[in-house]
Amino acid sequence: MKKLLTAAVMGMALGSPALADTTKVGFVYIGPVGDHGWTYTHDQARLAVEAEFGDAVETTYVENVGYGADAERVMTQMALSGTDLIFATSFGYGPDMNTVAARFPDVKFEHATGYIQETDNVSLYNARFYEGRAVIGHIAGKMTQTNRIGYIASFPIPEVIMGINSAYLHAKAVNPDVEFSVVWAYSWYDPAQEAAAAEALIEQGADILMQHTDSTAPLTVAQDAGIFAFGQASDMSAFAPDAHLTGITDVWGPYYIDRVAAVKDGTWEAGNVWHGIVDGMVGFAPMSDLIPEDIRAEAEGMIAAIAAGEYHPFTGPINRQDGTPWLAEGEVAEDGDLLTMDFYVEGITSEIPN
Amino acid sequence: MILGSINPAVLMAALMVAATPILLAAIGELVVEKAGVLNLGVEGMMIMGACTGFIIAVNTGNPALGFLGAALGGLALSLLFALLTQALMTNQVASGLALTLFGLGLSALLGQRYVGITPPRTPKLDLGPLSDIPFLGRALFTHDIVVYLTIVLVAAVWWFLKYSRAGMILRAVGENHDAAHALGYHVKRVRVLAIMFGGACAGLGGAYLSLIRVPQWTEGMTVGAGWIALALVVFASWRPWRAMAGAYLFGGIVVLQLNLQAAGVKIPVEYLSMSPYLITIAVLVFISSGKARGSVSAPGSLNRPFHASS
Repeated sequence: MKKLLTAAVMGMALGSPALADTTKVGFVYIGPVGDHGWTYTHDQARLAVEAEFGDAVETTYVENVGYGADAERVMTQMALSGTDLIFATSFGYGPDMNTVAARFPDVKFEHATGYIQETDNVSLYNARFYEGRAVIGHIAGKMTQTNRIGYIASFPIPEVIMGINSAYLHAKAVNPDVEFSVVWAYSWYDPAQEAAAAEALIEQGADILMQHTDSTAPLTVAQDAGIFAFGQASDMSAFAPDAHLTGITDVWGPYYIDRVAAVKDGTWEAGNVWHGIVDGMVGFAPMSDLIPEDIRAEAEGMIAAIAAGEYHPFTGPINRQDGTPWLAEGEVAEDGDLLTMDFYVEGITSEIPN
Repeated sequence: MILGSINPAVLMAALMVAATPILLAAIGELVVEKAGVLNLGVEGMMIMGACTGFIIAVNTGNPALGFLGAALGGLALSLLFALLTQALMTNQVASGLALTLFGLGLSALLGQRYVGITPPRTPKLDLGPLSDIPFLGRALFTHDIVVYLTIVLVAAVWWFLKYSRAGMILRAVGENHDAAHALGYHVKRVRVLAIMFGGACAGLGGAYLSLIRVPQWTEGMTVGAGWIALALVVFASWRPWRAMAGAYLFGGIVVLQLNLQAAGVKIPVEYLSMSPYLITIAVLVFISSGKARGSVSAPGSLNRPFHASS
């Protein structure tokens, strides 16, 4: 018996150098990989990591992981089974990830859209989706006939409010008469609810829909009603080819490949990045031919200007909804202010639920 | 007027559509519970129906066959529940919960290759001049055929339970299975048939979501509709027309709160979002409290296992 154990231990000891080249990367997902939205885009990035490194990486993922005890268990399990790098891809995993990270100082942790960083093996990353919202806001402002844009929002958190503000400012800039109707679905993913919200917005005269929820249901409703809409997270044009104008896409692949490479060559350090169009984290679904050519060119121009750092979507003068000044002429919003944004800009008529 | 720019006819039309999937599932579960069986697997059977209906509709190009496949999918899953609870005498609550989890997982597996596909569309029923009637035309006569068939189904279930001999046997089995057994009725056979009917209805409800309401397939797309259907049965105190009223009320509040938001009415949105659930809880509390209790009439043998030797 003892011999057997010794042999097993030796086997492991001998085995591990051979495995040392293989970097194990774990992914924790909030939804199913087939949601065609948020989780789908993270899983596409996981596949990009596999394609990049081939046999030199081994990826695992667990989907539908709830916040709290569930997440802690999954991440602990990953850490115990020799995972080198763990990506947790939803806002609410913050506390759980930091708890586990404190217990496994040798394992590297990456948290999407988070803000808690208690140990030096926790890294944060996020995307500047407001840059994309500015572009679709511009297109919507130019294309609306009824001057009413319908916006299906999820939860009143800074990320979503920032998106509404950015889209509104850029629609307003090209169309002073534009108005936004915002419906809060109180869900990231509920196809039936999103469809009903889309119908309600159309009934109120909206002829272009934007969504900050993950299902493709609003696009289908838009197509049936003969109006236009923007997709979310991934290219959703196949669901509504006659309605889908473009959409902001989440491109996590390049960042994930970078971070895995850093772990492999030992240069990984905890960071806190907020990547935008320029870094390739915020992308666009192909611009549809439904967008008139000149507007398409303007949109492309805006994308280029944002990428080049020549233009920031939140550039003053901008007032808060109550009329008090927020940004002075030419002033650019601080990242910190954006990440805690809890107010609408001047001109939006509804109120943020609190 | 608070409703200002909201068109009541459109609201009515929207709530009928929003209510249909939960009503289909609820009317099936109502029959199951009337037979004395509590099947908490409605959510699982709905999602199975949503998935199998979608797969068959896509492969045949025919939505009607899709709905048939959905009914069979829900029914197949309910047979598992029937096997567990009626033949193997397992606990109904635990089996029902397991059925929900199993249905969610199995449908995710079966539907893997069907994400991102658009199913063949179900045309709206052309009711000719009826849909031109002012107000009523827009509100009542602009739907797909499933909305109307669901109402027919509610009427049929009501008639069946109240007036048919088979319906009375089913109720007898649900009220007192020992007495029904003593009278020579096949308690288990009746219950298995009721469970199958419930499964088929839940499957249809799921398919209404995946083929008409959304229409697409994604994992977990029913998002709790099955649980609402379960609550509706209690809400309706096991009466078919009340189940329909409850479904329309629930659908109505969901649609109304979204419309109020879209119209920019300044009401706290979080309360509006909660309101359908709050009302359901309020009704549940009311009907299970003292005075109202007499009129509740839960089937006497509900959730009690039956074995001929006992």
